[in-house]
Order: sequence, then C-alpha cells, then structure tokens
Amino acid sequence: MSDLRELYQEVILDHNRSPRNFGPLEDADLHADGHNPLCGDKLRVAVKVDAGIVSDIRFEGSGCAISKASASLMTEGIKGKTLDDVRTLFDHFHRLVTDRTAPPDDSLGKLRVFAGVRDYPARVKCAILAWHTLLAAVDDTQDPVSTE
Amino acid sequence: MPTTDPTATDRTFDVGRLRELFPILAQRVGDKPLVYLDNAATTQKPRPVLEALSRYYASENANIHRGVYALSQQATEAYEGARGKVARFLNAAEPAEIIFTRNATEGINLVAQTFGRRQVGDGDEVVISTMEHHSNIVPWQMLCEEKGARLRVVPITDTGELMLDELASLLGPRTKLLSIVHMSNSLGTINPVRRVVELAQAQGVPVLVDGSQAAYHMPVDVQALGCDFYVVTGHKLYGPTGIGALYGRRALLDAMPPYQGGGDMIRSVTFERTTYNDVPHKFEAGTPHIAGAIGLGAAVDFILGVGFEAITAHERPLLQYATAALETVPGLRLIGTASAKASILSFVLDGVHAHDIGTIVDTEGVAIRTGHHCTQPVMERFGVPATARASLAMYNTTTEIDQLVAALTKVREVFG
Repeated sequence: MSDLRELYQEVILDHNRSPRNFGPLEDADLHADGHNPLCGDKLRVAVKVDAGIVSDIRFEGSGCAISKASASLMTEGIKGKTLDDVRTLFDHFHRLVTDRTAPPDDSLGKLRVFAGVRDYPARVKCAILAWHTLLAAVDDTQDPVSTE
Repeated sequence: MPTTDPTATDRTFDVGRLRELFPILAQRVGDKPLVYLDNAATTQKPRPVLEALSRYYASENANIHRGVYALSQQATEAYEGARGKVARFLNAAEPAEIIFTRNATEGINLVAQTFGRRQVGDGDEVVISTMEHHSNIVPWQMLCEEKGARLRVVPITDTGELMLDELASLLGPRTKLLSIVHMSNSLGTINPVRRVVELAQAQGVPVLVDGSQAAYHMPVDVQALGCDFYVVTGHKLYGPTGIGALYGRRALLDAMPPYQGGGDMIRSVTFERTTYNDVPHKFEAGTPHIAGAIGLGAAVDFILGVGFEAITAHERPLLQYATAALETVPGLRLIGTASAKASILSFVLDGVHAHDIGTIVDTEGVAIRTGHHCTQPVMERFGVPATARASLAMYNTTTEIDQLVAALTKVREVFG
C-alpha cells in the first residue's frame, strides 16, 4: 500500500474528487482539446491571456484520477504566470514525471505531488495530458492533442 | 495454486496440472503470484507450443515450397500439416480453405481488399454491429469510403445482445456483406451466428465472422455455421503472435483476386504477364511465418487435446463464480450481461476510473485490461469512457477470482 500512496497522494485524491477551475470558460482567448486514446481520457483546456499573462484558465472533460488531478493542479499552478513561464513549467513537470534521476524543481511547488508517477510508466501519459493540451492552446495548435 | 479446483468437475481436467504446462503462470509480480486475467487480449502459451517453436528452429528450419532438399520438404510438410490442423479445428471442408495471415485483423483486411473491393460498389452497403472490435469496423469504413458505399450498424440491447430484428431489417438488395463478431471482446456476448447466417442467406448476403474470442472458448464448425469467411488469431488460441488464419469457402476464394503480390503466390512471372497460384498460396505472398503456423498447429492440437467439453465444464462455472463474486463488490456494475456469454467480465466502479483500478490491482499481482478494449462504440453505447475487464481462460481458478476481488477492495481503500 505504501507504494500506492506515493502515487495516489491525498492532494491528488482531493483534486480528483473536487477538481478546481472545472467547467467551461466564457470568452477564452485560447483553447485546445487533448485525448488519450489508451484510456479514453478527454479534456479541453481554455485560457484567458491578459498582456502575456494567464489571467484565467479552466478545464473540462473526463479522465482517471491522475489526469483529472493533474489538470486541476495545473490550472492552479499557472494562473498569473506568463506564457514563457508556462513553457518552462511544462519542461519541469515533464522531467518530474519521467526522469527518475532529476530532483523535482522547486518552482513546481504543489505540483511535486506527481513525482510518484515516474514509478508507473503506464501512467505518465495520464499526468502529462493536461500539460500537452495547455501547451497546444498556448501555441495555438489547431489539431487535437493525442498522447498516442 | 490449489490442485483441486471446485469447478473442475471433469475427472480428466485438473486445473493445477494444466497450469504446470504454462511456465509463465508460475511467475510472481513483486512478492505476489501473477493472476493473469487479460486472456481476451492474449492467452499464455503452453509447453507443447513453445516446444514446437523451438523444435522448428532447432531442427527443421528451411524455406518452404521451394527446396528439393530434405530439410525444406520437412519444413513444407510441417507448415502444410499445420494448415491441415487448423482446417480440422474449424472443420473446413479442405485445408486449401485455410489461409495463414498475421492475425484476425489481416484476415478481415484481406477479405475487404479482395472480395470487398470487387463486390462492393457505389451505393452498396456493408453491415456490421455496434459490438465490433475496431478491426471489424475500420477495414469496412475504408472500403466504403473508397467505393462510395454505406456502412450500416446493427444496434445492441442494454444487456449487450444483438438486435436480430434490426439486423434483419438492415439486410437488403444493396447489402454486399455482413461482418459480425462471434463473441464480443468487451462484453462477452456470444452472438447467435447460425441464426444470423440464416437471415443473411435469405437475402443472398455473404457473411464474415470474427472468431478471435470465440475460438478458444467453444468449438467452431464453419460448415455448420454456414458462414462464408471466418477469422481467428493464433495468439488468442494459446499460440504464437504474428500468425492467424482466414477460412473462406473454396468457391469464393477461387474467384477472389490476390491480396498482396510477391513470391509463392504466383505460378509464372514474365514482364508481360503473371499467372497466379491456386488457393491458398494465391493469398500468401512472400515467406510466411512458418514457425508461427507450426506453433499454431501445435496450439490447436493442444486445445483439442484438452477438449472443449472439459474447457466449457471448467470455464462456465468459473464465469458464474466470478460474476457472483464481482457483484458483491460495492459500487461495481457489470457491462455486458447477455444471457449467452463467456469468460469476459467488463465492469465499472462508482467514482473510480478504470485506469486507476488497473494500476491498483496490478500492485496485487492481478493483470486486467482497462480502457475501451478497441471497441469505442461499445463504450459510447453504454455511456462509459472505459471499463476494467477481467477475461478468463482454461487455466484460471476460483482462487484467482478471489484475488481479483481482494485487489478491488484495495481500490476502495485508496479512493475511500
């Protein structure tokens, strides 16, 4: 059970039960759709940008606990950040969930709860889906994002 | 594992002894025994299959149909012998009605690209059902798109049964083919294929049956079913991956154009004109998966050696036991409750996504499949993004079902 608790941290379970910034965002400046065909996770990330800064962000869709919590914590983590910050955070988060050797970057703050994902390679896609989708929105990619 | 399984009523069927024939089943996952319940994805391989593969490579390997030397003739005999074994397994009228393919998917694509491309035209229709695997949807979509034809879909009931009246009403003069699964991989439903074929024949519609799931749970007699094509895949028949078989009625196969061009499928080649070989070779271009075919031959021999009577006598009560056991899990709902079903338990758990279930039970050594099982339209039909699926084979035990149920209680402990 201890291993599982590393993956399913209380913060993750809480955000799975009651996701923050969940639902449609009126008048979004940017949005993108993400899809993980492996498990059927689907989500939409919508962003409002004000002078290069993320002034609001919401997500909707369905998915497993890891993908839902990841999207929820991501929205909390990047509100108020610049678009450049978003790209940097993406890189840090990507390393957090994939690289077993790298120590978590401090700038990730609460997002470090996802460090346990690196021990479950099959679940990396779940954790990273929201981030890929956000990046696609920021880069204004028209095609839906797929983890496959 | 216990050697006296309560479901093993047949004196000759001892599940403990049977399990010893499958080396992989003795493995542990971490400190837990492996509980392998993903048989609908692929089955494990018994020693006779492993030995046939290694014997072929160790002492029979040569290319077939070409060499005049003894070793090549021996390899050819082993390969063609395997064709005969598969023909007997499906009760084809003759071995030439069996074409070796890579898998069931390739069997369906072969029919779509040869028979289908010749028979289906603008305004025609191909009929499938809601419960098809993607491999029995996409090849027909591609064909219909190319030909300007229409794909029609027979709906299913809330329990996951084919709606036969709807099927009958979809068949008509425009229908050029009906392609239907024998047993659903995500619901477990066994379709009344004989009845379906009768309905189709009444309209003069040829029928392809996808037997990927059915063929390792029940005896298949293609002549009794009356179907025109039947596809199976070796790795679900306790055989190797990369080998499957397509059964086709001889008259249809003879009339069909070749699939791929290359060696072995020709009679003579000049730059002006090539004449094609007879069936089945016409459809087997290039050096085939010789070892795989021989392994598949050993696999179907193995199944027939155990016997479908014994397999059914073990698997049927095991499914009942598993169904009853899963129904005791709070918040669990089974998807697919057809009155005729076999060996598949698809389920959802209140408030927990299937993917999380899969990860958590894996830490208890239990291997199940989670996701859409290559049947996205089934997921949509039942309004779920994904299901968890436990699927049984001849070597599974009630103890393993208990381990699955215990692992599911861990899911509740994590998610509350």
